[in-house]
Amino acid sequence: MSSLTIRNIFKNFGTVEVLKGIDIEAKTGEFVALVGPSGCGKSTLLAMIAGLESVSRGEIYIGDRLVNSVAPKDRDIAMVFQSYALYPTMTVRENMLFGMQSRGVPKAEQVAAIERVSSFLQIQALLNRKPGQLSGGQRQRVAMGRALVRDPQLFLFDEPLSNLDAKLRVEMRTEIKKLHSRVGKTTVYVTHDQVEAMTLASRIAVMHQGSVQQFDEPQTVYDRPANMFVAGFMGSPAMNFIPADLVADGNKTAVSFKAADGSMVKLALYNGAGDKAPGRRVILGIRPEHLFRFNDDLKAQKPGIATLTAPVELVEPTGAETMAVMRVGDLEVLGRFDPDGAPRTGENITLGVDMAHACIFDPETQRLI
Amino acid sequence: MADMAVANVATFDAEAAGARRRWVAGRVVIYAILVLFSLVYLMPLVVVILNSFRDLPEINHNGLIAWPRSFSFDSWFQAWGSYCVGGTCQGVKGNFFNSLAMTIPATIISTALGAINGYILSKWKFKGSDILFGCMMLGVFIPGQLALMPWAYLLGKIHLTNSVYGLILIHCVQGVSFTTLFCRNFYVNIPDDLIKAARIDGAGFWRILWKIILPISPPILIVTVIWQFTGIWNEFLFGVIFTSGTQQPITAALVALGSGGLTVHAYNVASAAVLIGALPPLLVYFLGGKYFVRGLTQGAIK
Repeated sequence: MSSLTIRNIFKNFGTVEVLKGIDIEAKTGEFVALVGPSGCGKSTLLAMIAGLESVSRGEIYIGDRLVNSVAPKDRDIAMVFQSYALYPTMTVRENMLFGMQSRGVPKAEQVAAIERVSSFLQIQALLNRKPGQLSGGQRQRVAMGRALVRDPQLFLFDEPLSNLDAKLRVEMRTEIKKLHSRVGKTTVYVTHDQVEAMTLASRIAVMHQGSVQQFDEPQTVYDRPANMFVAGFMGSPAMNFIPADLVADGNKTAVSFKAADGSMVKLALYNGAGDKAPGRRVILGIRPEHLFRFNDDLKAQKPGIATLTAPVELVEPTGAETMAVMRVGDLEVLGRFDPDGAPRTGENITLGVDMAHACIFDPETQRLI
Repeated sequence: MADMAVANVATFDAEAAGARRRWVAGRVVIYAILVLFSLVYLMPLVVVILNSFRDLPEINHNGLIAWPRSFSFDSWFQAWGSYCVGGTCQGVKGNFFNSLAMTIPATIISTALGAINGYILSKWKFKGSDILFGCMMLGVFIPGQLALMPWAYLLGKIHLTNSVYGLILIHCVQGVSFTTLFCRNFYVNIPDDLIKAARIDGAGFWRILWKIILPISPPILIVTVIWQFTGIWNEFLFGVIFTSGTQQPITAALVALGSGGLTVHAYNVASAAVLIGALPPLLVYFLGGKYFVRGLTQGAIK
């Protein structure tokens, strides 16, 4: 059963089409993240689910009910905003009461709901404060509390962590994850931060220019990105893209491209078959963490290892890992190494490339082959 | 340690001392000019206040601008209750209350309308709402004199000439452009997310206005009320033209009092009447002045 179904949704602002046929569904209890760069339409889509924006074309169901023309208050949803949108003149308690009073919930239930939610979120001590007297994290918590008192069918989050500093953001992210696992409500979560999407969601919809590029589980989106946009957007630092040719290599197919010294490199595909016939142009996508300093142990551990030699141009230690910029042909390729045995600037390193994790894209359609 | 202490005492920085001297000299010049100008501005007020306590013969003898040699509250009582203006001898008391009866309702109504207009034009935009706002802003720039003829026609048609109610109507309509401008520009800075959150919470148009917008509004409402109150109270053109005698607001009555052709000019009574007429706006400024400055300079809540 799905508690949210979005079918072929379009949205126009005047002549500008900002959403072009979105299809997404969230099963009951699922945590769906809408992720994409700013302007991709994710916030508009969320506003349409909430009923704050009208639907130009298509259908939105919450549960089994078509809600296209249902008022926001009657959709049985609760929303947490990026700016928290706490009513500034009301205390925390009044903020949480406001919705229930508007809907005419009986007094006893109101009191019980405040009691339940404030102890759940541990904000009892804040109930009589005004939003101006709260820290960023506390406001965030109160905003979630205001959503929770409703006990809705659907939770909507609109970039709720963007206004917090980095440390608090990680804390609150964990908190939201815990919250979801305890409450178990269907949740739609908009973010431009792919790490948030990866860590929180049970499924991710990656959006770009008004359409969904891929809608799948986080690891699948990461490992098998549907196209070059998704591949480049998910993961930081981003995936390396190397234009190459598919060539025959013994009984296997390999990707072939120029190394820094002008010689041709051949990397055998780990599972090359089907569309990956020799003789076509492709783009090899390889993530920074799938480049290693080559040695014999590596070959034993990872079955898909192929090698290439590249000069190291720049090294950036971050403590936990060391980034290295290396030259391949005309391109710079970024690798992520363990600090022990990391490359040194000027070194000509022999790289082990884990071809089992390589992605091959069509240069024209940019799709995964 | 000892070396450093000696060095601190011993150094005399000629450059720093010079800068300090120039700074002091600059301040002296600036304050002297400021004091001079404030004296120029205060002079008329001082003359009027002093004359309101002088006897008429003494004024006539020593001239309008002179140090008082007599002192009495007589002219204040006359101006308030017994001086003859335009045929009736009841002072400006009645006109003072006319002005209150006109200014208070007109201020409240125009401010309320401005708040509702501003709320709609910022938070419930519709197709053409920006154009409508632009048209309303014309009212800010068009001088009131241009509206005299239309108002004369309209008041005649609806039988509100020579009536305080007619003036209330005029001031509500003439003022609504300003109040809308003030409120709209204040509300535009209130985050839209607040309205969205309230809509999801189940609040409608009026409940959002009443429970969320108005509680944030005191800074701008105080500004608007002060602006409207002083503006309407001090306005005299409409009062002079559309009312006469006992229906006149105090500003119009002061004009009549000043130009009473037959009698001797009673400068002391006129001074007292002018001060009576100026008291309410002054009072409003004293009570709300700090909010006025604060409201004009501060943005909305973050």
